[in-house]
Amino acid sequence: MTLDINIGKVIKNAYRITSTRGLTALRVRIPGGHLETKYLDILKKIADDFGNGTLHMTTRQGFEIPGIDLKRIPEINQRIGPVIQGIEIDTAGIDISEPEAGYPAAGTRNIASCIGGRVCPFANCDTTDLAFKIEKKVYPNNFHVKIAVTGCPNDCIKGHLHDFGIIGLCEPVYDYSRCIGCGACSNNCRAVATGALILKNGKIRRDERRCIGCGECVLQCPTAAWTRNPMKFYKMVIMGRTGKKNPRIARPFLIWVNESVVMDVLTNTYQYIDKYINKSLPKEHVGYIVDRTGYPTFRDFVLDGVKLNPEAKLSQHINWGGYENASYLFIK
Amino acid sequence: MGKSVSTTEFNEMLKTLAGEYRIFAPKRFVHHGKCTGTDLIRYGEVHSLDEIEYKAKSNFSLKEILHPINQTIFYFTETEFSEPATENKGIVIFARPCDINGVFRLDNIFLHNGDEEDYYYKKPRDKVRFVMMECTVGFENCFCVSMDTNKSDDYHMAVRFGGEEYLLDIRDQFFIDVLEGVGEDIEFTPDFIKRNRVEVRLPEIDRMPPAMYDHEMWDEYSTRCIACGRCTTTCITCSCFTTTDIANEDNPKQGERRRTWASCHIEGFTDMAGGHGFRKKNGEKMRFKTLHKIYDYNRRFGKGPMCVGCGRCDDACPVYISFSNCINKVTSYV
Ligand code: SF4
Ligand code: SF4
Ligand code: SF4
Ligand code: SF4
Ligand code: SF4
Repeated sequence: MTLDINIGKVIKNAYRITSTRGLTALRVRIPGGHLETKYLDILKKIADDFGNGTLHMTTRQGFEIPGIDLKRIPEINQRIGPVIQGIEIDTAGIDISEPEAGYPAAGTRNIASCIGGRVCPFANCDTTDLAFKIEKKVYPNNFHVKIAVTGCPNDCIKGHLHDFGIIGLCEPVYDYSRCIGCGACSNNCRAVATGALILKNGKIRRDERRCIGCGECVLQCPTAAWTRNPMKFYKMVIMGRTGKKNPRIARPFLIWVNESVVMDVLTNTYQYIDKYINKSLPKEHVGYIVDRTGYPTFRDFVLDGVKLNPEAKLSQHINWGGYENASYLFIK
Repeated sequence: MGKSVSTTEFNEMLKTLAGEYRIFAPKRFVHHGKCTGTDLIRYGEVHSLDEIEYKAKSNFSLKEILHPINQTIFYFTETEFSEPATENKGIVIFARPCDINGVFRLDNIFLHNGDEEDYYYKKPRDKVRFVMMECTVGFENCFCVSMDTNKSDDYHMAVRFGGEEYLLDIRDQFFIDVLEGVGEDIEFTPDFIKRNRVEVRLPEIDRMPPAMYDHEMWDEYSTRCIACGRCTTTCITCSCFTTTDIANEDNPKQGERRRTWASCHIEGFTDMAGGHGFRKKNGEKMRFKTLHKIYDYNRRFGKGPMCVGCGRCDDACPVYISFSNCINKVTSYV
């Protein structure tokens, strides 16, 4: 029988229309890119029984199971049910009524994160944990938003190419009486960060306007004169993207905000999209909406009702930059 | 004399002491460790039992109580100088046997090295009473048994943590008086650890063979050690310091003379005016420290090694250099 399917529904169900007619691929969400091995057994089984025996690791840290017959979607949804139950319902705490009906949405992409505090010594937060908390806030949702969490300003996950890059920060706290003036922190800050530390008269001064909160000084100090403020802070960079029109690096929006500000801004962003999205288009990425409304409208909307912590700082203006992706810019 | 006391009774005792004593013990500073989510354990002033971290080894030793990281020796103006006010209260320190032994090593350096006693060390030192924390299991890098520092008799009171009641061995009239009529009299003497996971053999020699100073074993440390100074800042027996005059920025004729920890494992330690420095290579720094800890000190004082095997240097080294293994290498080569 000729295939006659509603591809809108298929796509929302996290299956793709692929280059081979009749075949689809299932996108599996792995928030934070960190999963228990038991799920791999399920994915392997689906790939062996329904796909072509391969798994593709996506750039967003999920898996795609390619080579699936479009007609078998209901059966596969049954099989992926335990993954949705374990990861989305039990771990992330999301309310999904029918896990055996497959993924309820695919617009908001998997929350990617660097390996973070569970492994990386440079991390300023547990990125996997934060990825799960964000997943709970934003999923399921059909709006097209890409979010990544990274443990420190090294930005290994490349949050700067996402609509939202959430960067873990450390506020270094200095104990004058413990400092021996060895210069390890100031030399290192100059070498790897911003030169925010000056050694003078055997003591350190930190220029708060230069400090990016990477936490390197805490790692270097041999006497624990630098310790981390146990309160966790974040920087949010926004509206970075690749894509065909105007690729660009994300720009700083907020810095030194706490977790609840991050969560509130993300939640409000979905209302902003709902209000300003061009409904005549099949989909519109949030970055292009911000291009239309302008930064101040976005800023005022997503910060409305958000209680900024006292340390928080906000970008007054953003120069978006990026480049226009057109051939006439090149000469022969 | 042995006693068994309850948590409430112990806390009452700490309260009584607090009137005339500052009480120091290992304390856990939650989420203040180097990496996110980790804790820092170091000595600090405590007022009740729940502040005392008795289960884990402190990252830094107790030496900072007696030999502060920074100490103002005096303030000066053009015509006069004055000493900073000193704390008159006594000092009670909760310490493991290795660290109590470590303090007696520091005593040799500060009080019995040459004719002059170090006035700044002696002042607080004279006020110290030790509460020994029984230590029978040890930790990953400890080698106190090899250094003969797993035991100590030099305590005023010993305590066994971990049970319902606190078991005390009281040696000192002062604590006998404080605990008069408190708790239940029992038989108790503390146990000591008999075996560490790490064993170290010291060289049995009268003189270090000169060849050891140029031995190729030190070259490897030049490629590994990053001269970060953690092994020496965390060490109970490293006691070096520098003295600097810090002038007031607005009026350079006023200021203070300050004494600050220094270390052979930090860049610039041996630098002199003109930029000349000894031991430029980090392997040479390692050689200096090692031979100082296991040989030079003993030659000077004849009281065994300086190192007490607390293992903090190995706990702290970010590049996994093991000092205990280094001693064993020296022993195998001499
Ligand atoms: S971004 Fe920072 S925390 Fe994350 S992996 Fe890279 S260095 Fe580690
Ligand atoms: S947090 Fe980073 S930028 Fe700030 S002072 Fe420390 S090393 Fe420098
Ligand atoms: S690394 Fe620590 S001790 Fe050294 S200068 Fe910096 S704050 Fe002071
Ligand atoms: S050298 Fe290492 S093991 Fe020996 S006393 Fe110092 S820190 Fe402890
Ligand atoms: S802690 Fe390790 S790397 Fe640092 S100075 Fe000591 S031996 Fe060298």
